[in-house]
Amino acid sequence: MSICIKGTGIVSPQKTFHDGGFPDEVVEYRGIRYLKCIEPPYREYIDPMTGRRMSRIVRMGICAAKKCLQDAHVTMPDAIITGTGLGCIEDTEKFLTSVIRNGERLLNPTPFIQSTHNTISSAIALSIKCHSYNSTYVHRGFSFENALRDGIMFLHENPDSNVLVGGLDEITDHSYLIMSRMGFWKRKPIDNLALLEYGDRGSVPGEGVSFFMLGNRTDDDRNCVRIRASDILYKPQSEEYITLKLQQFLAGQDAGGIKPDLLLFGLNGDPRSDSIYHNIHNILFRDCNLAYYKHLCGEYDTSVTFALWLATMILRHQQVPDVIKLKAFEPGEINNILIYNHVHGINHSFMLITRC
Amino acid sequence: MISAVGNDADEVFQVLKTAKTGIGRISLLETVHTDELPAGEIKLSNGQLREMAEMPARYPCSRTGLLGLIAARQAVRQAKIRDMGEFRTGLVSGTTAGGMDRSEVFYRSFLDDAGKGRLRDVVTHDCGDSTESIADGLSVRDYVATISTACSSSANSILYGSRLLKSGMLDRVIVGGAEALTLFTLNGFNSLMILDRNICRPFDLNRNGLNLGEGAAFLVLESDRIAKQEPSRILCEVTGFGNACDAYHQTASSPDGHGAWLSMNKALMTARLHPGDIDYINAHGTGTQNNDLSEGLAIEKLFGAEIPLCSSTKSFTGHTLGAAGAIEAVICVLSLVNQVVFPNLNFNQRMNELHFSPVNTCRSDVHLRHVMSNSFGFGGNNTTIILSVYGHEHLH
Amino acid sequence: MKELIENLKNEIIESLNLEDVTPDQIEADTPLFVEGLGLDSIDALELIVLLEKKYGLKIDTAEEGKRILYSVRTIAENIIRSRNP
Repeated sequence: MSICIKGTGIVSPQKTFHDGGFPDEVVEYRGIRYLKCIEPPYREYIDPMTGRRMSRIVRMGICAAKKCLQDAHVTMPDAIITGTGLGCIEDTEKFLTSVIRNGERLLNPTPFIQSTHNTISSAIALSIKCHSYNSTYVHRGFSFENALRDGIMFLHENPDSNVLVGGLDEITDHSYLIMSRMGFWKRKPIDNLALLEYGDRGSVPGEGVSFFMLGNRTDDDRNCVRIRASDILYKPQSEEYITLKLQQFLAGQDAGGIKPDLLLFGLNGDPRSDSIYHNIHNILFRDCNLAYYKHLCGEYDTSVTFALWLATMILRHQQVPDVIKLKAFEPGEINNILIYNHVHGINHSFMLITRC
Repeated sequence: MISAVGNDADEVFQVLKTAKTGIGRISLLETVHTDELPAGEIKLSNGQLREMAEMPARYPCSRTGLLGLIAARQAVRQAKIRDMGEFRTGLVSGTTAGGMDRSEVFYRSFLDDAGKGRLRDVVTHDCGDSTESIADGLSVRDYVATISTACSSSANSILYGSRLLKSGMLDRVIVGGAEALTLFTLNGFNSLMILDRNICRPFDLNRNGLNLGEGAAFLVLESDRIAKQEPSRILCEVTGFGNACDAYHQTASSPDGHGAWLSMNKALMTARLHPGDIDYINAHGTGTQNNDLSEGLAIEKLFGAEIPLCSSTKSFTGHTLGAAGAIEAVICVLSLVNQVVFPNLNFNQRMNELHFSPVNTCRSDVHLRHVMSNSFGFGGNNTTIILSVYGHEHLH
Repeated sequence: MKELIENLKNEIIESLNLEDVTPDQIEADTPLFVEGLGLDSIDALELIVLLEKKYGLKIDTAEEGKRILYSVRTIAENIIRSRNP
């Protein structure tokens, strides 16, 4: 496969929107229950008349997508593909609430229209008048992975094309409350940079919108970063099985027996889900540099896109930000990064990112 | 498949032949609109569906998940799959509202008190949940995906699954979609003022909106190599698919049907067929002013004076949103296998803007080789699928 | 009538989130849709909800909507007519 990342655009709880690389300053949030995005300057990307009905995630989505188009020097993509776990959950909650509270009468249609999961991919298409292939995947911790698979297939079918692929999710008070009751989040407010130090159950929720322009080739070899291989694992029966599958993934055809220089793992501060990352590091990659990222963006279904963006920046600029380093840090060239993330132990995702 | 016109494909086939609609008064969904808004409701309680789906009571499962599992089990049985681990097998499902039917129950309590509401009613909320319920019920492990592109969701499942096979990633893929009738979608479409208070009249001059429906349908797709090992199981072939974006308006279709034309044309190109090769179109045909005009003009633009037989079967099933593409694909399979075209009910008078009328009686005097199915969604997400009798190259 | 028209302008701006539009930019007779203020079919549905909630003006069909929602003046006239049938 080996697909080139030609550009990125990302809105996250960090100052990732403007800077070309990893931001100089890390945003620290103290005493928080969830991480929210730093919103981009909407007016620079969306005229107020067009944006009059758009919810926060739709606005953020359009900004990130347009930023990605700029970064990749592409005006019209040949496909727009998004992945989202919960979609436009804010408008979904708004409409559901009004259905119940108003007794099914006199309902404003806008939140219903914008509750559909394809709202953002189609709003991007509408904003740039793109009539090409357009799709949206909505499968929990595989939402982005499903979209990425589609993008990779599209590039095989249409080798000269540019494919805009993105992952997005938003946090709301209601979804935070409901998932807290399910035991997913920590009971007390936390400081994000100390996420791994608490030791109690639960993680901290976050959100983000990231877009990537994928192509088979790039005009700019210096900045070229490739997705060398990606795979998913659904409900693996044991840790041994995950380890075996990860070994097979790295030895496989696409990965070409590559040994990673950096591991970017989805540790989220919940011991129940973090043990697998430590075990795999110990068993397979004892001496390999280990980094993590969810203290910067929080946990959400498509958080792996933050890791993919981070990997792209590290490979492009050959700099590993101190704030993500966790274990065994050796200085040296970084040519290959392995991203491993799982959501609730059900949806496991591997990606191998390399320099061209 | 399961829908308002039958609980499996055989029943559906019998009902479609008799031209009897499944749309009627809503009796199971508790809504204030029960006397005003007819729908294609499946007259089975969640308990009854659980039994049919062989889903144990202890597992939380939405109505969407149950409908999906019932339909997917039927497809797997018909395809005579004995061992799911025999080949690299995936599941791709499309839905728009996912487990919203349970979330509505949860939310009534939750809105009064954030500590209230049973969590088992909300763990099934997201779209991926119904897919995982189906995958687990069938023991599918190698690949799972869920698509949500509004009313074209499950048409895109067929498209994505076909491409997963072509790319060599999978040998077999179960594709389709599921959608339960919910207060959310019923009130949503009502707030758009596009629900007909009578039974819908697709492509009719006096059409006045759509009726919602619920249901699920799945198809088992196999790579040529696997399918050929037991050719007697092959019902037909997915030969073409096209996906395009109308990019005209958030909800409305473009007046000239540009996106619809693009997706139909792309499907013809992937199938390497000419417009004249298409023998039947199962139209999206919702019955709204906007869709039928836009789709009708796109059909005229693509097919010129030689318009194939065409009908909208939403007049039987109601518009099943995320499941519609798969339900109509199964109806197309029934058409191909039985060489019959099902009618477009309630059609009386041709639209002023169009030069063709849909088929309004059941037609068995047909020779069907290639049939086309359209599914168009909000946001202009348009998808067209072409199904052909197996080995059609030899027929030319 | 005049007061009603001014109120309607403000309510339209607020409910449709027309950030860059001020009430005096909307003439009582400016067409609200397409060539005029540039509103679309979804705005029309929002206005229908607004008018029924606030003024008890019921609009049942899209055709009726097109006629009544033509301009701020036509809306005001219909509200007054519905109050004094």
